[in-house]
Amino acid sequence: MSTSFSRRDFLKTSGALIVSFSAASLLEPLALAQGPFGTHLSHIDPGKLDSWIAVAADGMVTAYTGKCDFGQGMFTVQTQLIAEELRVPLHVVRLIQCDTSITPDEGTTSGSQSTPVNFNAGGLAQAAATAREALLNLASRRLRVPVDKLSIKDGVVTAGAGKQVSYGELVGGKRFNLSLNPNVKRIPPQQWTVLGKAIPSFDIAALATGEFEFVHNVHLPGMVHGRVVRPPTVGSTVANVDEDSVRGMPGLIKVVVRKNFVGVVAEKQWQAQQAARKLKVTWNPGGVLPAQQSFYEYIRKQPSRDVFIVDSQDVQRKLADASTVLRSTYFHPYQMHGSIGASCAVADVRGDKATLWSSTQSVYPTRSGVAMLLGLPVDNVRVIFTRGAGCYGLNAADTVSYDAALLSHAVQRPVRVQLSRKDEMAWGENYGQACVIEERAALDAHGSVAAWDCESWSVSFGGRPGYDHPGNVITGMLAGYQPQIVVPARSSEPAGEFRNGHNLAPSYVTGCVSGKCGGAGKIRSERILARNVTSPFFTGPLRSPLRLQNTFAHECFMDELCAHAKADPLAYRLQHLADERIIGVLKAAAQAAKWEPRRFPQASREQTSPAAGRGIACVAYEGDNGYAALIAEVEVDQSTGQVRARRFVAAADCGPISNPAGVRNQIEGGILQGLSRALGEEVTWDEHQITSTSWATYHSLPLGFEVPAVESVLVNNPGWKATGAGELTITVVAAAVGNAIFDATGARLREVPFTPARVKAALAARNPQS
Amino acid sequence: MSAIALKVNGRDHTVEVDPATPLLYVLGDELQLRGPKFGCGLGQCGACTVLMDGRAVRSCITPVSAVGRSEIVTLEGLGTPEKPHPIQQAFIDEQAAQCGFCLSGVVLTAKAFLDHNPKATPAEIHQALSGVLCRCFVHTRMWRAINRYAQARHV
Repeated sequence: MSTSFSRRDFLKTSGALIVSFSAASLLEPLALAQGPFGTHLSHIDPGKLDSWIAVAADGMVTAYTGKCDFGQGMFTVQTQLIAEELRVPLHVVRLIQCDTSITPDEGTTSGSQSTPVNFNAGGLAQAAATAREALLNLASRRLRVPVDKLSIKDGVVTAGAGKQVSYGELVGGKRFNLSLNPNVKRIPPQQWTVLGKAIPSFDIAALATGEFEFVHNVHLPGMVHGRVVRPPTVGSTVANVDEDSVRGMPGLIKVVVRKNFVGVVAEKQWQAQQAARKLKVTWNPGGVLPAQQSFYEYIRKQPSRDVFIVDSQDVQRKLADASTVLRSTYFHPYQMHGSIGASCAVADVRGDKATLWSSTQSVYPTRSGVAMLLGLPVDNVRVIFTRGAGCYGLNAADTVSYDAALLSHAVQRPVRVQLSRKDEMAWGENYGQACVIEERAALDAHGSVAAWDCESWSVSFGGRPGYDHPGNVITGMLAGYQPQIVVPARSSEPAGEFRNGHNLAPSYVTGCVSGKCGGAGKIRSERILARNVTSPFFTGPLRSPLRLQNTFAHECFMDELCAHAKADPLAYRLQHLADERIIGVLKAAAQAAKWEPRRFPQASREQTSPAAGRGIACVAYEGDNGYAALIAEVEVDQSTGQVRARRFVAAADCGPISNPAGVRNQIEGGILQGLSRALGEEVTWDEHQITSTSWATYHSLPLGFEVPAVESVLVNNPGWKATGAGELTITVVAAAVGNAIFDATGARLREVPFTPARVKAALAARNPQS
Repeated sequence: MSAIALKVNGRDHTVEVDPATPLLYVLGDELQLRGPKFGCGLGQCGACTVLMDGRAVRSCITPVSAVGRSEIVTLEGLGTPEKPHPIQQAFIDEQAAQCGFCLSGVVLTAKAFLDHNPKATPAEIHQALSGVLCRCFVHTRMWRAINRYAQARHV
């Protein structure tokens, strides 16, 4: 087999998703050596139809996408999109996802952006619709019938009276040679026959029977195994590596050192693991970490980069004049992606060429990072997405790809690198950010919110590497690249337009900047200041990054205001909202949960019996990228502080729904993952190092916990653009659960996670009058 | 290095490895099986689960030398996409996966427990899965699939 493991070989062996490539002849011109369509390798022109869609003589449709499936269902739903827009059966569509040699560069699959990008007017949807338009034009010419007299079924264009021509006959195996039409008309949702249907995920049978090929399962001829040796403490640097300490170990091929990156390569995985354990490395000590116990005070004292999201300039005056001002501070810890599998990657670097099998969510940026690390031209590096364990942002997939590239480069053989659980948790992934969020509000004489003031602090260090910052993940930094850090700066006045991409502002403010209002609410007196400070640990975009943390604070604080006003939490929210879509999901959730106004909180005075309560929370995700409301029903054991969720009812509006089965799976998973994060997940550390390095010290709810009932209402809204769904419901879980605990007990939880100890402390701190 | 004989998914194999090698590495690297996965290497999550004479064991902390004459069955040994085992069919019918990486732990732990305890109470089944993780949190669907299999066994 050739060094570069040709594209056809890969397709043949890449598991159940892409089997029996009957359009292989079509793919010959796409071979790696020449690049797709004979162009410069990095130029898969996203403006050209041929970059996205190819139709073979037998009618098979191959589509190329830059948005990949790591468990969120993008493979199935993108296949539906192609089938719908081209009016072909699902089984003739072959989708190729995220391979830098053949798919367009769509950046990173992240941030609930796959649906907005590929399912509205642009990207893959635009390509598929352009292809349908082109095929109709070709058929019109061939059949000598005007386009408006043609219809399409199953890839055959018909003009009535026996006149018909198939896609294969029209373009089979040839290029379209067309640009995408930015004004092309998509098939409207009302006419969908494949999109909008609850098509089961294509990969489920292969997953359930162990046939699915994960990156962990990739085997190359001559492949050997690498392990990394990470520093013992944060900030440590290599003083000396004693290669004699492992000399003669069975199977050992090489000890690899590059600045502070240390790894070993051996014939077998077990040998590599033992050599990594035995290798004697002397490290210069790192500094002392800020104490976890006082970390939230620490970050508020750090030099910060400040941004005003909105400032109506009258908030101080309103607060000073108000008869009632409430103030609360909320705290959210660092949390992990904690992927179920420690990350793995396979690299084959020989001479001046490199190929990587990687579960990165960013194949093109990873290609650039690997090229920088190895000093190769970027076009000589190919990154092929291969699914890893579920990733919810930036787990160690990128960093282990760098590990594999460095080790393969050093031995000039294919190397598979498997991180250990500790590598993944302490020296692999980029954590979700810790936050402190201070809320203040003024209530008027009627109990309505007259002014809302919020100052928040978040911590950052590194992040997604993008195309030119490999130091943003751990291996890149160890190998000598600088992570991006926070540059302190004073904020200027808000300018441009209101943007709520991080949900820094609550849904209840008007969001008026430069005379234009972009918020979802009615509160006109508004001041939102975001401060960002440098983190001692790597951070990254963990599912609903900052949106979750901020929404936890806003929605719990709204509940505090509501309780003070002695109002019903649903009615009080509706009273302060203006946006019809967030109002719509609140009402839909309330109706499904049979919400009835009653005394709030209905705090139990029985100190020992389990107290039951319900809580509500909602969000306009990123301001306008999906809407969710959630009602949580919980029980609190007041003697132990144990919280049990009994039922969740969610409503979500993400515009026209492309696959309701996929959306439901995301909603349900998001709620329970959110519950685990709300109740138990917290990164911990001591003076020198991370101490949550396994599932014994980082607490995830297991299969065997008392799983609550989860109901979801999908508000199908075809008149709007399609928005993301994967991060919607997780955003409101901690808030809804915290509010339910308050309803049940009168105890307000302001720090995540709601551990039994914190619940007991909050119970003890209850106002006896409440 | 020693030659070690193993019976996996009904077939005999001989591998040349250090006897201390975790069974998981032998299954994944030497036999190129895809079912058992490296999750934690500590026996804490279940992703590496295989059946050893019908009992669920964590292959990441089981030295290959400890297998002896026991018969190993991995997730792919239960059934195929064309002919899945009833518990696999239940997971397919319930769409009980997102990334799917954890399925060896969930499916095989549940199967082994239910096969040995066909009259187990829901609380006992929950207890049996108290050491299995799914980080995409597909729990509600997984429980529907497990209950479907449990009920089918009752009939």
